[in-house]
Amino acid sequence: MSITPQHRPRRVQERLVALIILALLLFCPPLLLVIDALPAAGLSWLPLYIFIAWATLIGLTAWLMEDGSKH
Amino acid sequence: MRTDPVILSVAFGYLALLFVVAAWGDRRAEQGRSLIGSPTVYALSIAVYCTAWTFYGSVGRAAEHGPSFLLIYLGPTLAMLMAPLLIRKMVRIAARQRITSIADFISARYGKSSSLGALVALFALVTITPYIALQLKAITVSHAVLVNYPDSADTSLVDEAFWMDKSFWVALVLAVFIILFGTRHLDASERHEGMVAAIALESLVKLIAFLAVGIFVVFVMFEGPGELFSQVAATPELAQAMSLESVPGGATGWVGMLLLAFLAFFTLPRQFQVLVVENVDEQHLKRASWLFPLYLLAINLFVIPIAMAGLLLGGLSGDPDSFVLTLPLSTGSEGLPLLVFIGGLSAATGMVIVETIALSTMVSNQLIMPLLLRSKRLHLGTKGELAGWLLGIRRVAIVLILLLGYLYHALIGDAYSLVTIGLVSFAGVAQFAPALLIGLYWRGATHQGATLGLIAGFMVWAYTLLIPGFVQSGWLDAGLINQGPWGIGWLRPYALFGLEGWDIYTHSLLWSLLANVGLLAGVSLFTRQTPLEQTQAALFTEAMNPNLQATSLWHGKTTQGELRELLSRYLGMPATRRVFAVSTNQTTTSLSPTLDDNEQPASTELITRAEQALAGSLGSASARVLINSVVRGEALDLESILSILDTTSQTLEYNRRLEQKSQELARIGEELRGANERLRELDRLKDEFVAMVSHELRTPLTSIRAFAEILRDGENLPDEKRRHFLGVIVHESQRLSRLIEEILDLARLESGRLTLNPQPLDLAHLARHSVDAIARLQENRGVTLKMQLEAEPAPIIGDPDRLEQVIINLLDNAGKFADDTAPEVLLRVYRHKKHYRLSVEDNGPGISEDERERVFEKFHQIQQHEEEKTRGRPKGSGLGLPISRGIVAQLGGRLWVENATSLDGASLIMELPEAPPKEPASSEKPIAT
Repeated sequence: MSITPQHRPRRVQERLVALIILALLLFCPPLLLVIDALPAAGLSWLPLYIFIAWATLIGLTAWLMEDGSKH
Repeated sequence: MRTDPVILSVAFGYLALLFVVAAWGDRRAEQGRSLIGSPTVYALSIAVYCTAWTFYGSVGRAAEHGPSFLLIYLGPTLAMLMAPLLIRKMVRIAARQRITSIADFISARYGKSSSLGALVALFALVTITPYIALQLKAITVSHAVLVNYPDSADTSLVDEAFWMDKSFWVALVLAVFIILFGTRHLDASERHEGMVAAIALESLVKLIAFLAVGIFVVFVMFEGPGELFSQVAATPELAQAMSLESVPGGATGWVGMLLLAFLAFFTLPRQFQVLVVENVDEQHLKRASWLFPLYLLAINLFVIPIAMAGLLLGGLSGDPDSFVLTLPLSTGSEGLPLLVFIGGLSAATGMVIVETIALSTMVSNQLIMPLLLRSKRLHLGTKGELAGWLLGIRRVAIVLILLLGYLYHALIGDAYSLVTIGLVSFAGVAQFAPALLIGLYWRGATHQGATLGLIAGFMVWAYTLLIPGFVQSGWLDAGLINQGPWGIGWLRPYALFGLEGWDIYTHSLLWSLLANVGLLAGVSLFTRQTPLEQTQAALFTEAMNPNLQATSLWHGKTTQGELRELLSRYLGMPATRRVFAVSTNQTTTSLSPTLDDNEQPASTELITRAEQALAGSLGSASARVLINSVVRGEALDLESILSILDTTSQTLEYNRRLEQKSQELARIGEELRGANERLRELDRLKDEFVAMVSHELRTPLTSIRAFAEILRDGENLPDEKRRHFLGVIVHESQRLSRLIEEILDLARLESGRLTLNPQPLDLAHLARHSVDAIARLQENRGVTLKMQLEAEPAPIIGDPDRLEQVIINLLDNAGKFADDTAPEVLLRVYRHKKHYRLSVEDNGPGISEDERERVFEKFHQIQQHEEEKTRGRPKGSGLGLPISRGIVAQLGGRLWVENATSLDGASLIMELPEAPPKEPASSEKPIAT
């Protein structure tokens, strides 16, 4: 079936749920432990990783929300 | 520039600016040109989350505990990601039910319970007062640092009279601000537009101030981040400062803190106020869901550089909480520290303003009003408006809350660092989360469950965080923490039940939430909801259901006059007139209440609107008590609410079924189209069949007729010729009758009327018999016929006559298609698994893959007619194989074509199931087709 206007909000919602799961994965230990274990030249890579992941999530949310509001 | 008069005039000048902005915001709101009707302002107002704790404390926490400070902001980032799903629901409910605070929200969810509301308000007061104290402390300390630098900033409040403490005066100014802009309307669910505008401005100021320090430290004190971090890398003590190792509790502590910040973001009274109560338009949540996280990211960007710079420069003043101020001070800069001070001030005041409004609403609506309504003396004193009273209560509450915060700060504030107080408060308010969030999605959560869960969660919180805090302040014996109460080791507050090695907040959160959620769920499963609770639970959990409009709950009877008197007593005349205006506009044109109007019964819509208006001012629990006092009879029309909910779910169910049905119809239509297509094809085949049969019958008939005519006319024919012609006639007649026999067989097979006579028999024996029958004919044709009986006996169940017909047909066919010069045919009978197979191979050209199924079509041979003729072969009717396959299939077997294994040509294989051993013939199963 094609995406009718009725289906759009649901699609946005599904993407949002996927984004939340992604955020949980990015900010929780299994991945953090991997990043933390990387050999670092000075400070740990952890803060840099978090800031990048954080910014990416914000960008994705902005894209999803602002794109969705046009319709 | 760092003299007291300058600092004080700048600070109070800044506060004056807030007054101006707030007044402007309120003016614009009155004119209907709202300042805050923008998603950006909404997002900025949510940034009241970043308090003085963020402004000063983040750097301190980064210096001491590495990246753990980030969790305080990652939690809300996750929460805001869910805003379009979760907070939107809360906003919608709050708007519909005129919710004024988180206590009101929880109380409304659990049947407008005044006891639960009071409990939440009380707990909020206990947890948040220290947090307000923390803000005042931050103002005092930052002022002291600014004035005393480079001397130590240690200012003991005990030495100073309270009127010398700047934060006392700031608190006083804030009290005035909050009273002016926070209690303008009686209706607490109405927006405080001026206040929100001021808060948004404060959020901008603190962000700019913090970014300014960050840029100054990184680019002026150091030459860019490169130099700063290379210096850090060269300092071995700092190498591990930002790894997970420095986070208290490691990975567990990380998750715990993330969860803590996530939950607290929903349940902090000030966050609930700006997120839900002050929300103008739920569409704003979309922008806020990414703009607010972006704000958090921006304000945290320079925390690590500042912390590292402070540590590198040898811990300037010792206290990392003050790095934000001491770093620019150490360079002798004059203007920047003042800006930082203002930034910190804005962070602190913003929090104090919103938190105090939220708390005062809770205290007046959830704690004091229910008591007043219960006291008979006040209730019966019907004369005079209570509206003034209400505002008065709220104003007194504001002053008292600020005073309480100040006292806490003055008395025990010194013992705690900024972050500790903040996190203890976080863990405290997180106890509201189960009742709030579970109540939003689980209809079955009951009032008793929520109350008990809340109480248990709070007690565990107090035991594992609050009381040990007192110990650390030196108020209680340190033995409580080290040895446990009365020396009981497993009761140690920081290692309850022997759970050690966790950081104290995660530890406390685990046990308190376990008790809280456990009791909420457990008790709810075994208690019953009152009808009102059921309705409220349904209205909350189904809030996003589009069919659910605010429906009239009231079914009882009252007069308009009584209602008018009640409203005017509590809300004042103007508000009362507004409530009535809407309804009278719809029904009658007269606006002034006449005697007649007062005697008229009030409509259910009017009663509902009256309750909502009361709820907006007094909280839902009190509003219900008041409405109950004037409405007689069956007060709540619960049946209709529940039936509306049921109807909506029924409608949804119908929709779902309809959709299913239409899909089904579409599928059936498709099937019908397919069936029709097939019928047409069959029709075409039938026509073809009739044409072919006629053709087949005509050929022998023509020759019979021709020879018969010759015999009739040619009287002089020699005997020999005559005999020959007669022979031809006989042969053709035989062929004709065989053909008709076959056509009849086929018709019977296809209509399922072919009666078989199945019985146990030996396939090998049958094969031998058939070979004997056809051997002579094959011999005449010059075909070499071989036989390999690998399984003998081969017991099967079948009709011997019909099977013999099949075998002979196969052998006959094979003979026809075998090689021209040295035709060979091989018959094999062998066992395959639980079946017996009979294969007939020839050494002819074989049958190509795509022809293999087509040879079983009727008259297939006719297609090869021409070819057959050229090869000079006797042709068959083209019905033998289809009939054979039909017979075999009716006996439960299969017939198909493969490549021959021992000869070069095709192999036709018949497979029949093995007969069940020792079955008496009488119990034969009917043969399935």
